[in-house]
Amino acid sequence: MRRGLGLLAVACATLGAALTHAGVTQAPAVNDAVILEDGFPRTLSEYGFFADGAQQMPGAGVTPYALNTPLWSDGADKLRFIYLPEGTQLVADADGLLQFPVGAAIIKTFAFGEGKARRLIETRLLLHRKDGWTALPYRWNAEQTEATLALAGGRIDLTTPAGEAISYAIPNKNQCKACHSKDGEVIPIGPKARNLSAEWLGQMAKRGVLDTVPAGADSLPDWRNHASGPAAPLARAYLDVNCAHCHQPGGGASNSGLDLRWEQDDPHAIGIMKRPVAAGRGAGGHEFSILPGAPDQSILLYRMDSAEPGIAMPEIGKSSVDREGGAVVRRWILEMQ
Amino acid sequence: MKRLIMAAALLASAAPLAAEIHTIAPGEGAAERLQEALILAAPGDEVVLEAGRFVLTDGLSLDVDGVTVRGAGPALSILDFTAQAGAGEGLLVTSDNVTLRDFAVENPKGDGIKSKGADNTVYHRIRVTWTGGPKAENGAYGIYPVESTGVLVSHSEVSGASDAGIYVGQSSKITVRNSIATDNVAGIEIENSRDAIVTQNYVTRNTGGILVFDLPGLPVMGGGNVLITNNLVAGNNTPNFAPPGNIVAGVPRGTGIMVMANEQVWIEDNVVQDNPTAPFMVVAYTQAFDDARYNPFAREVVIANNVVDAGATDPDFPGGAMLLAAFGGTLPPIMWDGLQQDADTPALLTIPGNPGWSLNLSRQGQSLAEAQPGPLDVPAYGQPWAMDGIGAPAELEARLK
Repeated sequence: MRRGLGLLAVACATLGAALTHAGVTQAPAVNDAVILEDGFPRTLSEYGFFADGAQQMPGAGVTPYALNTPLWSDGADKLRFIYLPEGTQLVADADGLLQFPVGAAIIKTFAFGEGKARRLIETRLLLHRKDGWTALPYRWNAEQTEATLALAGGRIDLTTPAGEAISYAIPNKNQCKACHSKDGEVIPIGPKARNLSAEWLGQMAKRGVLDTVPAGADSLPDWRNHASGPAAPLARAYLDVNCAHCHQPGGGASNSGLDLRWEQDDPHAIGIMKRPVAAGRGAGGHEFSILPGAPDQSILLYRMDSAEPGIAMPEIGKSSVDREGGAVVRRWILEMQ
Repeated sequence: MKRLIMAAALLASAAPLAAEIHTIAPGEGAAERLQEALILAAPGDEVVLEAGRFVLTDGLSLDVDGVTVRGAGPALSILDFTAQAGAGEGLLVTSDNVTLRDFAVENPKGDGIKSKGADNTVYHRIRVTWTGGPKAENGAYGIYPVESTGVLVSHSEVSGASDAGIYVGQSSKITVRNSIATDNVAGIEIENSRDAIVTQNYVTRNTGGILVFDLPGLPVMGGGNVLITNNLVAGNNTPNFAPPGNIVAGVPRGTGIMVMANEQVWIEDNVVQDNPTAPFMVVAYTQAFDDARYNPFAREVVIANNVVDAGATDPDFPGGAMLLAAFGGTLPPIMWDGLQQDADTPALLTIPGNPGWSLNLSRQGQSLAEAQPGPLDVPAYGQPWAMDGIGAPAELEARLK
């Protein structure tokens, strides 16, 4: 118990340090060479991202962040971090996307369970190497002392926060790219300025690790208000974050013609009165992706509400159904005239 | 100078030296070993599937250019997805210049093998089978190249797909040949694609045999330049088992070769027998649409000499019995909806006197109930248009030598 409290104290101190003065901390340094060199390091600890991996205490130069509207993964708790090498910064481009310097990394750990019962399942890395981004999945051991490379992915039985027993899928390296891809290149999809809080961006800018807070920052709604907030922006944000990485031009599902990006304003492109193309039995007997006012006759919701492979959307990264996300999309379709 | 020669020597030797063969045996851990091999393969490498059954619970994927995946034969090396718990297809290929050959995929929960944005893909002696026969719960497509330039499907076989057995979408430079498609909703479908050859295939027991479609609202539209020759399209009379909502769910049971929208489709020297709704069907897109880029009409579809029976004896549409009676018990082999873009752009051309009939619809999207059936009256075709450069690039054929 004492040890636990001590770790917590260190964690808080480190977190604070990471947020304010990244340089002034005693956490071990991240190994830049491991990020940059070709190949696939076998263990997560080789990178040195964490002062304490089991506690998810970030090391020097590693900054935690959160998203306004997060991607849902069977209800996993996600711990997100950005690593920027000493002396580098994020640059906000004209579209409000954050450009990461070579040598940067994005780190996301998936965990289930609260408090002492929390189990780390996997940590996914996006490494910005000289020739582009590389995505690698690492699987935590039962002892929670180390995560090892899981190139081919894997499955693990667990119970979701909703109480469902599922076979949780850790994606393989290629499946990472299935989402993190545009026009064949691996790209980050989470940390866009519009989905990050103005407060966090402001702190990053103040620390000099972000050049400027771009216009349009913090414009996606806060998903914590999903039950009561206006349906349209919440639904569009949810679809952008959970679906649009494939469902956009150049994405993995571009051939469907469905474009679920936040900025898409053509009703047909986002599915309204759009007929299916390659949905197969995923269409569920319905004629349109979205039939206004009729959520139960809309393919989009039918597929969100399924966990059956061949029907379920997203195709990977889920083994159960997100009832809360479905409820918001249902409310949005119901409101449509 | 010496350094230059050294470099040249290295270059010359690099390719063969680099190519590795990764042999995967079925059994314990095969799924992980196979997926790892598909990830770690370098361009030019070959991933070899030994004979046997590979039991897979997740979809496989390949994202390395120039890799060959080779089994011991479509009856011997079997990727069995009966217990699949995740992913939208059995095998997903997203890299170029890939050769898939001599193996089978059974019972994938979604599509069989999908190659997306994968230029110059060869499928050779590939079998995709849903072993329970035609069922709505089967996956949509068996062999599924999409958004690709350069596709060759040869000596392959698909059965049980609840949409199309061999489906090529939003692609160009395509050859589908010497293959078998049975017990699917659509046997072979070429959709929103250009420069395609479909030849020497055996297409039977599907709902519809060979479909050439162009649909609105997609990133790639404007299908055309399609050559359909020397296919055996016989006995396609399986009741439509596509899940409702899909475009092929509207294909009548008993359709032989069907063209919807598209420009310049040449249909010649096929054997078309026992397709009791329509041996040949040429129609405009049937639904309402809102897409200024889209042309819903068939343009210059040529039905030249084919070996065809007397026509349709059991048509699968409302009023079929009355029509049969009006035509004396058999609907002539060519069915046209009567719609065309304009008088200068005929939808359909054929041999003078070739028997057919028209629905004589007057506007796109019109209900069949308003049809005024009558004899076919369309122009004769002239010289074939230039077909150079259509079909899969020669390099793909050369890979099979």
